[in-house]
Amino acid sequence: MTEHTVRSFSQDLEELTGDLARMGGLAEDMLSDAIQAIATRDLALAETVVARDPQIDALQVEAEKKILRLLALRQPLARDLRQTISALKIASELERIGDLAKSIAKRVKLVDKIDAPSALKGVARMGKLVNAQLKRVLDAYSALETDAAGRVWSRDEEVDEHYQSLFREVVTYMIEDPRTISACAHLLFVAKNLERIGDHCTNIAEEIHFLVTGEQLPTERPKVDALNN
Amino acid sequence: MSRMETIAPPRPQVAHAAARNVAGATKVHAKNVSVFYGDKQALFDVSLDMPEKSVTSLIGPSGCGKSTFLRSINRMNDTIPGCRVVGEIAIDGENINDKSIDPVLLRAQVGMVFQKPNPFPKSIFDNVAYGVRLHGLASSKKELEQIVETSLHKAGLWDEVKDRLSAPGMSLSGGQQQRLVIARAIAVSPEIILMDEPCSALDPIATAKIEELIDELKANYCIIIVTHSMAQAARVSQQTAFFHLGKLIEAGPTEQIFTNPRDTRTQDYITGRFG
Repeated sequence: MTEHTVRSFSQDLEELTGDLARMGGLAEDMLSDAIQAIATRDLALAETVVARDPQIDALQVEAEKKILRLLALRQPLARDLRQTISALKIASELERIGDLAKSIAKRVKLVDKIDAPSALKGVARMGKLVNAQLKRVLDAYSALETDAAGRVWSRDEEVDEHYQSLFREVVTYMIEDPRTISACAHLLFVAKNLERIGDHCTNIAEEIHFLVTGEQLPTERPKVDALNN
Repeated sequence: MSRMETIAPPRPQVAHAAARNVAGATKVHAKNVSVFYGDKQALFDVSLDMPEKSVTSLIGPSGCGKSTFLRSINRMNDTIPGCRVVGEIAIDGENINDKSIDPVLLRAQVGMVFQKPNPFPKSIFDNVAYGVRLHGLASSKKELEQIVETSLHKAGLWDEVKDRLSAPGMSLSGGQQQRLVIARAIAVSPEIILMDEPCSALDPIATAKIEELIDELKANYCIIIVTHSMAQAARVSQQTAFFHLGKLIEAGPTEQIFTNPRDTRTQDYITGRFG
């Protein structure tokens, strides 16, 4: 897209894009480290994830300030307006993803006692899938590719399926050995957090679609609901 | 019932939110309108429907033909030597360029407000009464007074001038003068009001008053406004038409034009990217 006649307007928008890219990179690293920490029971790595959360929060505050300023001083219109509004929403999605990654990292020491390698493997597998979704949606955002965003959006069904089977498996462990209930409950929270991150990725995909086309994706997405199965 | 009401009966008002989205019946219909100044073509094949009881804004860079188009709706272009208008412009289905149409009567039906307020060098009262007298629209002094008062009320100026109706129109502030001119246009019961950058000489408060007035007037009139302020077009109009190099590039609901224009040229213009 061509530059604005007022060049500082383009610079403002570029700065905002830069902030979002930094938030995305940070969220991606936090998530992949949190997943690795769970899979390898690496407490030290988990702590670094928790320690990084304030950075993403600070970036979100910074991005929101810039967006407010842009709206007040530049009055963006058309695609500029959509870009600004979607940046506001994506920043909040990424901040939530950071929170959820932190929450996963915090549970590393709590699931430490589980003697169920297959359940941990299942979580790691689901984590990889969600991580790939996050990476793809962030790539789609930086390239503004609606097709790629659409693929992330429809692929969330796979994440839901993983969550559902993991849920069944962990419940089985709890029934077999009630002493593991506490640790298994934390593992379920980890799985639930991953599933939520998947949802945030689809929200970002919807924002990309809106930014580029000006149209909303349908509100209903193919869904597998663990509560109805 | 006053004459104003007999001529322009207040029709049932549509709810505000609904009025923004639902376009009424077509009031002004333009089809393949081209305008030439001598050999030079200023407007190319413009087709646009402007609904009643709604505001249409015409936007575009200087020299894009938006004012030329506006001026062809009340045949103001007739007054320019060498100017030729082809194509069809119809008001309520009636071709305004037909030989049977008297341009003077047409201009009473289609009022116009200009960039610079142009009150006549007469009193406030006589400014508003001017057209009413010219067209013989009042049968008595009382009725004339009634029309002047109603018009000043509608233009939101009555309370500010009711104690000095004999003061010169020129003694008012710029914003008040513009509202006086609007009152003068309303007094002859037009159905359409054309505005050519009506706020560009006004401060923000006076501008806000005119915009509020436009919002009220659209309950009864078809308003077509040329503006250089994108924000103003966004605030006051329900339909926006973008002109560039004499062509109508894109027209649509204002909300869509400002959030999701279809044409890149519209996009570039309203986001400030025009080279």
